[in-house]
Amino acid sequence: MKILVTVKRVTDYEQRVKIAADGTALITEGMNFLANPFDEIAIEEALRLAKAHGGEVVVVSVGNKDATHQIRQGLAMGGNRGILVTTDANLDPDAVARVLVKVVEEEKPDVILMGKQATDNDANQCGQLLAGYLGWPQATFASKLAGLESPEEKAQKPGVIIADGKAEVVREVDGGLETLELTLPALITTDLRLNHPRYTSLPGIMKAKKKEIKEIAADSLGVDLAPKVREISYAEPKARSAGMTVESVDELLEKLRNEAKVL
Amino acid sequence: MTNVLVVTELQDGAVKKATLTSLTFAREAAKRTGGNVQALVIGSGVSAAAEEMSKYVAAVHTAEHESFAAGPVAEAYAKVIAQAATAAGAAVVCMAATFHGKDVLPRVGALLNAGVASDVLGFVDDSSLTVTREMLAGNVIATVEVATDIKCFTTRPTEFEAAQALDAVGAVNALTVELGELRTRYVKFDAVVSERPALSDARVVISGGRGLKEAENFPNLVEPMADKLNAAIGASRAVVDAGWVPNDMQVGQTGKVVAPELYFAVGISGAIQHVAGMKSSKVIVAINKDPEAPIFQVADYGLVQDLFKVMPELTEKI
Repeated sequence: MKILVTVKRVTDYEQRVKIAADGTALITEGMNFLANPFDEIAIEEALRLAKAHGGEVVVVSVGNKDATHQIRQGLAMGGNRGILVTTDANLDPDAVARVLVKVVEEEKPDVILMGKQATDNDANQCGQLLAGYLGWPQATFASKLAGLESPEEKAQKPGVIIADGKAEVVREVDGGLETLELTLPALITTDLRLNHPRYTSLPGIMKAKKKEIKEIAADSLGVDLAPKVREISYAEPKARSAGMTVESVDELLEKLRNEAKVL
Repeated sequence: MTNVLVVTELQDGAVKKATLTSLTFAREAAKRTGGNVQALVIGSGVSAAAEEMSKYVAAVHTAEHESFAAGPVAEAYAKVIAQAATAAGAAVVCMAATFHGKDVLPRVGALLNAGVASDVLGFVDDSSLTVTREMLAGNVIATVEVATDIKCFTTRPTEFEAAQALDAVGAVNALTVELGELRTRYVKFDAVVSERPALSDARVVISGGRGLKEAENFPNLVEPMADKLNAAIGASRAVVDAGWVPNDMQVGQTGKVVAPELYFAVGISGAIQHVAGMKSSKVIVAINKDPEAPIFQVADYGLVQDLFKVMPELTEKI
């Protein structure tokens, strides 16, 4: 079985991105960059599926050359080889999906695993777009019934059940969990409670240095990279006006009843 | 091609309130395109929901198929929505940014060659379809423009009022559903059963975090107060990850976005990702013994005390 898993290089979610004075750009110089946390979960699931069923895990990123680091992290976790589609442009999720269509046509994976959203643009679209372009079945927001404290999780069992050319996926939806059965090839996006991603080990990091990362220039693929959704400007959210400290339960209740009038 | 199509989301056959909030967005969009607002209702046995929606829009399209009885499947629904968008002459397709909307509408974008703006907060002016949306866990508000002829939007339910019914009633039109080959089978739905109001609809939400120390303190300390206030119970990501409470209770960037009249954050530090899910609440109360906790920066009323003392007293006196 061949599994293709994507990883996006994103700014560290614990740091604040600054906005340029004229509001037309985000300033990311000097910030830390990480693999998108949802993508780490996708990589972990890919590795567990490959271990359970045999096969190859190909780690793919679309971005500038620095995204090599995030692919290398996926390889250090245990991925077999990498593909970096290089571009210096800030592609929108739709352009990334259409670039990935080309990679999928070349690689012909059985399963594509992606994080449900990237923590920079929070768009939550790329997997759905890619599945739509490919005409593949999709299961977004993959989770599992067993939970993250379960014996299954401690034994590093995959949450996605694959058998007889089908994948059974438990999804997080409003009001509960939904189970879908997809006929492969299929695309799955991962939510937070699918697994705890493993840490990279020193031997893993050493091995990853020797693994192949193939580079493809995005503009060689014949894909229109212009964004369908243009980001025109950026602003800070309106701050909530400063609140007050109350000294006791009685004072709190008095304020809620008489000042805020919500009780 | 100037009309606006709003995709209706159903729960147990009834129209979800979230859809009515997206309808408010749709009416605003239609003023800008010069077209009318139409609705699409997808399911099996949807005549009651279609009749309900007809009170709000110029026309209702229904798409019924026996396979829809099991539950919504993005692969099938996206095809139906794309067909309905063409039938409706839609320049805009919108849907509430619920789990379902987030799942299916981007796929529609791929089928219609339409750009999709996710989780939209509102319009920037009175004439264009330029909208705002959050990025980076709500730390940045981006102004975005969808550049394609057909534009898709998922709309954040907490940012729009529910639309009111109109005097006129729209016509109902049954679409011929052409699904083609499908490779998704809906297996089952495991509902989280709760007697409490839903998180997204509750007037009061009480959320607990790590400060509660152990899982048992949700029933011991949070539930009695929630019972008294008829409040929904939420949680921070940390305690959901720890398995103390089910994941559909998570409030935050990656969980649910809520905006109740009154929000209690109990033993929650106030990580960016949690605040992203509750900062639109009308009144926020934080109870935390750490005066440095970032939650106090967004709270209207902060009580810097031990929650184990505060919660029983508050529950008794409230």
